[in-house]
Amino acid sequence: MTTKRPVNLDIGTIHFPITAIVSILHRVSGVILFAVVAVLLWMLDTSLSGPEGFASIRDCLTSPVAKVVLWACLAALAYHMVAGIRHLIMDLGIGESLEGGRLGAKLTMAFSIVLILLAGVWVW
Amino acid sequence: MVTNVTSFGRSGLSDWLVQRVTAVILAAYTIFIVAYLLFSPELTYQQWAGLHQNILMKVFSLAAILSVAAHAWIGLWSVLTDYITVRVLGPKATPLRIVLQLGMIIVTLAYVVWAIDILWGI
Repeated sequence: MTTKRPVNLDIGTIHFPITAIVSILHRVSGVILFAVVAVLLWMLDTSLSGPEGFASIRDCLTSPVAKVVLWACLAALAYHMVAGIRHLIMDLGIGESLEGGRLGAKLTMAFSIVLILLAGVWVW
Repeated sequence: MVTNVTSFGRSGLSDWLVQRVTAVILAAYTIFIVAYLLFSPELTYQQWAGLHQNILMKVFSLAAILSVAAHAWIGLWSVLTDYITVRVLGPKATPLRIVLQLGMIIVTLAYVVWAIDILWGI
């Protein structure tokens, strides 16, 4: 066995390709959204319980903490939807090559960032 | 053909299609609700309740929550069967995964019942 075998376990030089990051974030955002459903159902339930409930949700959303939570929920939703649309486009046979996959991943990131920023503008 | 008793449709191809059909329904519902709220900055309780009293809206919302249930079942099944495995966590992984899957199914069913209770209680 030669002693001059190449070694590459320097974590600083190994990183996920963008396609892997887009994929894992789709999973992470999906798991988060499973919990977000409870928040949305609570908001729907309270807002439809009567004029007082509706007003209480409206007042609640003026607090900075509620705004951050709502923005986080919308961010997970926006990202998951954009990444999901990428899947549907790839199901049509578009962007299935290595370069196409990388471009799709970059576009997913770009569209998500724009939507998440717009969601922030909407919430505040 | 590989089948798994805890998957949603008992077949990967069925799960694949259900995941996409439910995704389209959920995207349509999300875009509709966001657009409705964006274009009604001065929304009142009467308008909001009126929207959800409409039978078409009830059907749309019911389709959305049933889509959430199927979509989450398939998605979380994929995540749990990928990471909570004997290879990753050892022999305790299988009972742990069954417990987590059961918990996920109970929460999912609770969401569906809660949503129906909201929608038909207005």
